[in-house]
Amino acid sequence: MGNPLEKKDRMKIPRAVMPQQDPQERKRNFKEVPFGLTEEMALREASRCLNCPKAPCIKGCPVDVDIPGFIQLILEKDYAGAARKIKETNSLPAVCGRVCPQEEQCEAVCVMGKKFGPVAIGYLERFVADYERENNLIELPHIEPPTGRKVAIVGSGPAGLTVAGQLIKLGHKVTVFEALHKPGGVLVYGIPEFRLPKSIVQAECDFLARMGVEFQNSTVVGKMDTIDELFAMGYDAIFIGSGAGLPNFMGIPGENLIGIYSSNEYLTRSNLMRAFDFPNYDTPIIYGENVAVLGGGNTAMDSVRTALRLGAKNAYIVYRRSEAEMPARKEEIHHAMEEGVQFMMLTAPVNFIGNGDGKVKAMECIKMQLGEPDASGRRRPIPIEGSNFTLDVDLVVVAIGNSSNPLIPQTTPGLQANKWGNIIVNEETKETSRKGVFAGGDIVRGGATVILAAGDGRVAAQHMHKYLMEEVKK
Amino acid sequence: MPKVIDNIQIGPVVWKMRVEVPRLVEKAKAGQFVIIRVDEHGERVPMSIAGLDKKNGLLTVIYQVVGKTSALMTTVPAGGQLADCVGPLGVPSHVENWGIACVIGGGIGVAPIYPIAQAYKAAGNKLITIIGARSKNLLFYEEEHKAIADEMYICTDDGSYGQKGFVSDALKKLLDDGVKIGMIMAIGPVPMMRVVANLTKGYNVPTWVSLNPIMIDGTGMCGGCRVSLDGKTKFACVDGPDFDGHLVDFDLLTKRLGAYREMEKRAMKKFLEDPNCRLNEELKKVMAGN
Ligand SMILES: Cc1cc2nc3c(=O)[nH]c(=O)nc-3n(C[C@H](O)[C@H](O)[C@H](O)COP(=O)(O)OP(=O)(O)OC[C@H]3O[C@@H](n4cnc5c(N)ncnc54)[C@H](O)[C@@H]3O)c2cc1C
Ligand SMILES: Cc1cc2nc3c(=O)[nH]c(=O)nc-3n(C[C@H](O)[C@H](O)[C@H](O)COP(=O)(O)OP(=O)(O)OC[C@H]3O[C@@H](n4cnc5c(N)ncnc54)[C@H](O)[C@@H]3O)c2cc1C
Ligand code: SF4
Ligand code: SF4
Ligand code: FES
Repeated sequence: MGNPLEKKDRMKIPRAVMPQQDPQERKRNFKEVPFGLTEEMALREASRCLNCPKAPCIKGCPVDVDIPGFIQLILEKDYAGAARKIKETNSLPAVCGRVCPQEEQCEAVCVMGKKFGPVAIGYLERFVADYERENNLIELPHIEPPTGRKVAIVGSGPAGLTVAGQLIKLGHKVTVFEALHKPGGVLVYGIPEFRLPKSIVQAECDFLARMGVEFQNSTVVGKMDTIDELFAMGYDAIFIGSGAGLPNFMGIPGENLIGIYSSNEYLTRSNLMRAFDFPNYDTPIIYGENVAVLGGGNTAMDSVRTALRLGAKNAYIVYRRSEAEMPARKEEIHHAMEEGVQFMMLTAPVNFIGNGDGKVKAMECIKMQLGEPDASGRRRPIPIEGSNFTLDVDLVVVAIGNSSNPLIPQTTPGLQANKWGNIIVNEETKETSRKGVFAGGDIVRGGATVILAAGDGRVAAQHMHKYLMEEVKK
Repeated sequence: MPKVIDNIQIGPVVWKMRVEVPRLVEKAKAGQFVIIRVDEHGERVPMSIAGLDKKNGLLTVIYQVVGKTSALMTTVPAGGQLADCVGPLGVPSHVENWGIACVIGGGIGVAPIYPIAQAYKAAGNKLITIIGARSKNLLFYEEEHKAIADEMYICTDDGSYGQKGFVSDALKKLLDDGVKIGMIMAIGPVPMMRVVANLTKGYNVPTWVSLNPIMIDGTGMCGGCRVSLDGKTKFACVDGPDFDGHLVDFDLLTKRLGAYREMEKRAMKKFLEDPNCRLNEELKKVMAGN
């Protein structure tokens, strides 16, 4: 079959525009913003792909998804086959299709890009994964006969889930230990419903459970059992995917006033605990009228858009550099702008002011200008003397990044971490300084992305399998 | 899901719940806490460990009904289940032989201080126990404490039992009498811990307190539980809950505990108005009055 169109005709088709909820409406609800492509739109978009022999797009993807391969299957209307093709290297296509920074990865290098707009690879990935799930076409993969080897996975974020999926197929017994009461990591507690519906993450975890993965939620490794105790209990290899869940604060006066949250707290209350539906759910959350979110990453965008949905009259992004340096996905910045978020660029807080009752009522800020590039290559912000001003706020969300949680390194003798607390691994195998202990995702990289965490999980699983079969005698 | 063995009322607004969580109990130490969620819509509420039955794998928590979730907890029948119970969380209390150690429990604090008293005693300390309540009918855990204390003082604010006055009065007398206390651990309402810490500062006796800020995850992930010690921010769930009382900013703690007062009232009101509300009538009246 293949593509019926001539190359030049493919180029005439404009890139698909994702249908989405109207900004004025969606800024007050938690439903997903983009609706997804229709079948017709997906077919049209797929026909734009030139099926390049060298397929540069594949090299743009951290896990080498066979992009032209799955797109050809879409053209053949074999959507489930396309989903399976993606899953050969990426076990979370419904998630990645939604949250991958495609514009910097696969789509950034698509040959259609410069002149005609890149093929909407992310939209297509989402389309086939949703199609497969919604039509109950997900098939249980072949599972190898039991090997008698047991694996423990610490943390159920994208890294841990990927390792679980790979190793269960190979016949190992797999247990995932998760500190929170629901699996999914940042996918459930951090990224909001309007960007990644929780039912999708749940479906992924249910699928793993159907394959035989055992989930032990509400279990904090290091507090309950340590890594060494897990070995003593009979686990033959361990994967650490505990993420980067220690919130950074700014360290400026007034930061412990009521109404100043870390983004982790704000988003966890809203997403995991469903405080947006208080009092139907019991966990409360502060509803701010004038909300300032400090930072310029995805977490900041998620927080500020959550604030709008919880009724904020003014929702500000306060960022010390300029828009060009913001690390958030362009699409999310654009969404936030459409929804009416006000961007205060080149601005940094210096002091939080309380109302006498312990609640924040204002924030003193200073204007910045950009100087020479710093180590990260971005131009360093420098305060402009005397430019201080005060902004009335009743809720502040600090979204300036996370560090790694020290619990596992602290409770695991001989496990090497760097000065930021990130676990050190052999790049090639993801093995740590402890034999049989592997690690990946944010606990190794610091704050990174879903697909990099999943990619680490995939590599780790390959080497864990080798280790289990060759070095663990049964 | 963790099974509730029994759940009985032991005071006007105080319940004792035993939960079967053998693995947790095996690992838990005095001074640590757990986080309980009653049902799928529930909050995560931290509760101190008030007893560990290692043989039968049973955890005891003693809780005071102060709002929606603690009220809801009273409705879980013996044999019923909790959505989850995670722990042990926090750093265990520091225990060594100081010669003479003194534990002070006020109000609900008499329960969580008990396992710590046991640990102090086991480490070879002479154990002085001071427990107190507003009034006789609010006092519990007396027998348990009596069984292990070398010296024991009971105080009630209204003088209805033991000596009249605050636990800090009894402590002050000991200190004035020159008793060489090596370590004091106080658990109770924030004002009580503050008074004790302020008092012992003058006598230069190391004094630890167990802090109870609002928490969510209890793993160091959210920072909601931050407290200030000598100007430095700490996360009570992972750095505590025990802290040097002489360094704690009690003002900040008090204020932060009030962060959700209005919403908590709404939640309680909705709960009481629900026709399916299974609270006992007496408790309903008490809570409606709050
Ligand atoms: C708000 C927000 C928005 C984001 N948006 C995007 C986006 O749009 N696109 C993108 O690609 N990336 C995004 N990211 C980054 C991405 O989510 C992370 O890089 C990714 O989730 C890391 O995966 P992980 O598996 O390493 O860990 P995590 O997802 O952090 O999961 C770790 C899990 O381990 C558990 N855990 C930790 N310690 C223990 C322990 N001792 N015992 C048991 N369990 C433990 C934690 O509870 C957690 O569930 C975002 C991050 C945040 C916070
Ligand atoms: C480490 C620790 C140990 C604790 N041990 C005990 C104990 O052994 N027995 C006991 O009765 N209580 C204990 N508490 C307090 C208990 O967690 C709260 O009383 C409970 O969460 C109140 O919930 P609620 O819905 O009934 O009341 P709400 O109406 O929600 O709140 C009433 C008050 O309780 C406090 N509170 C509310 N939510 C939380 C929360 N998530 N975390 C902490 N405090 C909160 C606030 O001050 C609030 O104003 C402990 C708290 C901590 C942090
Ligand atoms: S996983 Fe991410 S980067 Fe790779 S093809 Fe899919 S959307 Fe692109
Ligand atoms: S680079 Fe673009 S056009 Fe070429 S194969 Fe990849 S997606 Fe298709
Ligand atoms: S409760 Fe979240 S960090 Fe302590």
